[in-house]
Amino acid sequence: MSGVSLRNVSKSYGDVTVIPDLSLDIAEGEFVVFVGPSGCGKSTTLRMIAGLEKVTSGQIVIGDRDVTWVKPKERDIAMVFQSYALYPHMNVAENMSFALRLAKRPKAEIEERLRVAADMLELTPYLDRKPKDLSGGQRQRVAMGRSIVRDAYVFLFDEPLSNLDAKLRSSMRTELALLHKKLDRTMVYVTHDQIEAMTMADRIVIMKDGHIQQVGSPKDVYNTPRNTFVATFMGSPSMTLIPAELSDDGGTTFVSGDGFRLPVPDRLKEAVRNSARRQVTLGLRPEHFAAEARTNNFAPVDLTVKVSEYVGSSQYLAAQLGPHAITAAVEVGPEADLLTDGTYHFDTSRMYLFDTQTEQAL
Amino acid sequence: MTAELPAPVAKPRFESGFLTPYAFITPALLVMLGGLLYPVIMAFYLSFYDWEIGRDLEDAPFVGMTNFARMMTDPQVWEVLWVTIRFGFWTITIEMTLGVALALLLEKPIRGASVFRTIFILPLMVSPVVVGLIWRYLFDARIGWINYYLGAWFGIEPQVWLGDAQLAFFAIVFTDIWQWTPFIFIIVIAGLQALPSEVVEASTIDGANWYQQIFLVKLPMIKSILVIALLMRLIDVFRGMEVMLIMTGGGPGRSTELLSLHIYNRAFETQQLGYASAISVLLIAIVFGISTLILTMANPMKSRADV
Ligand SMILES: Nc1ncnc2c1ncn2[C@@H]1O[C@H](COP(=O)(O)OP(=O)(O)O)[C@@H](O)[C@H]1O
Ligand SMILES: [Mg+2]
Repeated sequence: MSGVSLRNVSKSYGDVTVIPDLSLDIAEGEFVVFVGPSGCGKSTTLRMIAGLEKVTSGQIVIGDRDVTWVKPKERDIAMVFQSYALYPHMNVAENMSFALRLAKRPKAEIEERLRVAADMLELTPYLDRKPKDLSGGQRQRVAMGRSIVRDAYVFLFDEPLSNLDAKLRSSMRTELALLHKKLDRTMVYVTHDQIEAMTMADRIVIMKDGHIQQVGSPKDVYNTPRNTFVATFMGSPSMTLIPAELSDDGGTTFVSGDGFRLPVPDRLKEAVRNSARRQVTLGLRPEHFAAEARTNNFAPVDLTVKVSEYVGSSQYLAAQLGPHAITAAVEVGPEADLLTDGTYHFDTSRMYLFDTQTEQAL
Repeated sequence: MTAELPAPVAKPRFESGFLTPYAFITPALLVMLGGLLYPVIMAFYLSFYDWEIGRDLEDAPFVGMTNFARMMTDPQVWEVLWVTIRFGFWTITIEMTLGVALALLLEKPIRGASVFRTIFILPLMVSPVVVGLIWRYLFDARIGWINYYLGAWFGIEPQVWLGDAQLAFFAIVFTDIWQWTPFIFIIVIAGLQALPSEVVEASTIDGANWYQQIFLVKLPMIKSILVIALLMRLIDVFRGMEVMLIMTGGGPGRSTELLSLHIYNRAFETQQLGYASAISVLLIAIVFGISTLILTMANPMKSRADV
């Protein structure tokens, strides 16, 4: 298949194994985002695709071609770095056209591609400027532009937005998604920010300690996290995990613990029946708490509110459910006063259960 | 009703600690004035007098521009200026090329690079007087190692290195390269290692090969460092004299007599202090001119690499 494939790729630096064994197929035209805490090996993986790091073992295929031992410039890739890595002594136009000039493309073609890319990124007025005379956002665009003019088969991004302020970052996210639509190229994007992953990815690859934890669409990984790591990493504020126990009472299965007793939803009945253990970890997403019961699935929970944060139409609560610290995001409208202790409601149909020992989802 | 505010306090005329920074730079300023400006002014002053050591300065006759007029038509001055320019050309060209090349070779963390680096910078730690002595003996026609090994390994006849005009010039150029290439080497390698690795990687991905990476990315990015190195070497060419003084004393003839050595000889061998001062004014003018030229062509302070 074309696209990008990693087959049993591993990477060690001396005795330190960063990537033990990683396999992944990325379809042509797909936007794949690697996400995980810093130090988990995302950049290393990306740099192996780029050819900036040699694999210790395994195989890398780009567009049906085994490129495992091929030099970066012969891999038909373009890469955007976190620091932008612009050439400080060249102006914007020279920065963007450097690769084409090295490849000795005809002058007319270089100018045309430069014009199109500068137009797309609204860089035309700045073509004569040096990077040091540009703002952070503009430099970022130049870095993008430098890869766009290449029209490479694969675009690689290593945390390209993390040096921008929050507002610029969110608008660049949108632009990147648009860019992907326009260029229709395979893109591999690395970030530690799950929001970037959720908003841009066709597929998300969640990594931890060099291992892939889960691969799936944003919807998949949010709705059906495979283990506690994915469950807590994806979603903001993050999911609360509480030790709990399964019990049967009059045909209904309950998951209960200190200070709560919630019915297990139909979605999980089968899994719960098959579970060998009664000790489980209960996962509650903050956004599934509400001030009032909206459906039959909502169950009352008593919360002791320690801090409530006003965030517009919702409020984030740092609260206690029995002895357990939890986070709740309660939608109450912008007019509401800060929330206090009381009975709140949890949508039990959205609860998650994990095997306490294996940390895998039930 | 607005609350009663206390009466406004006048803005202090000087912030407290206003003088502090000046207090700190005063000692440096005094040293600069005493050690740098005073001799320069004295050189200017003396160049208008005919003064000899042993005579009181007040008694020295004022000669106006005579010293300068004499300098303009003095073939010796023009000869040593030419020697200096040739010396500067050969040493700086070779030192810059060699220093940059070595830095590029030893930049990578290959095995043993740090040992090489340490060995390379050893000559820098030797004082010029000692350098002069070491090489005077190495080049010695009868007991020098150079003649010995040239004979033992290559069967080359012993040469009178420091007694022949061309060989002596070669010897001082060689010695200067030995001593100063490490200087270029360490500042260039420091510059190369400070280059952001992602920029270099970006050029790899953009398709730059080894020499394109060096000439289109790395060297342009350390341009300001190269300019500073060049400037310091140029100034040194006009300043340096100890090594030549010890190795050859400027001879044979004036074949290794650089401008500053010539000034020294004029002042202390032939006792023409006023005339020597006039030549030092020429030296100051040349160095000042070169520095200004280089700094305006490529201002290293302004073109700070900003990635
Ligand atoms: N050149 C190297 N030598 C040794 N260890 C390295 C090297 N590069 C990266 N590592 C280690 O590999 C791990 C993964 O790094 P990286 O891929 O940069 O993580 P991420 O991009 O996910 O933050 C880190 O623990 C890091 O310390
Ligand atoms: Mg990284």
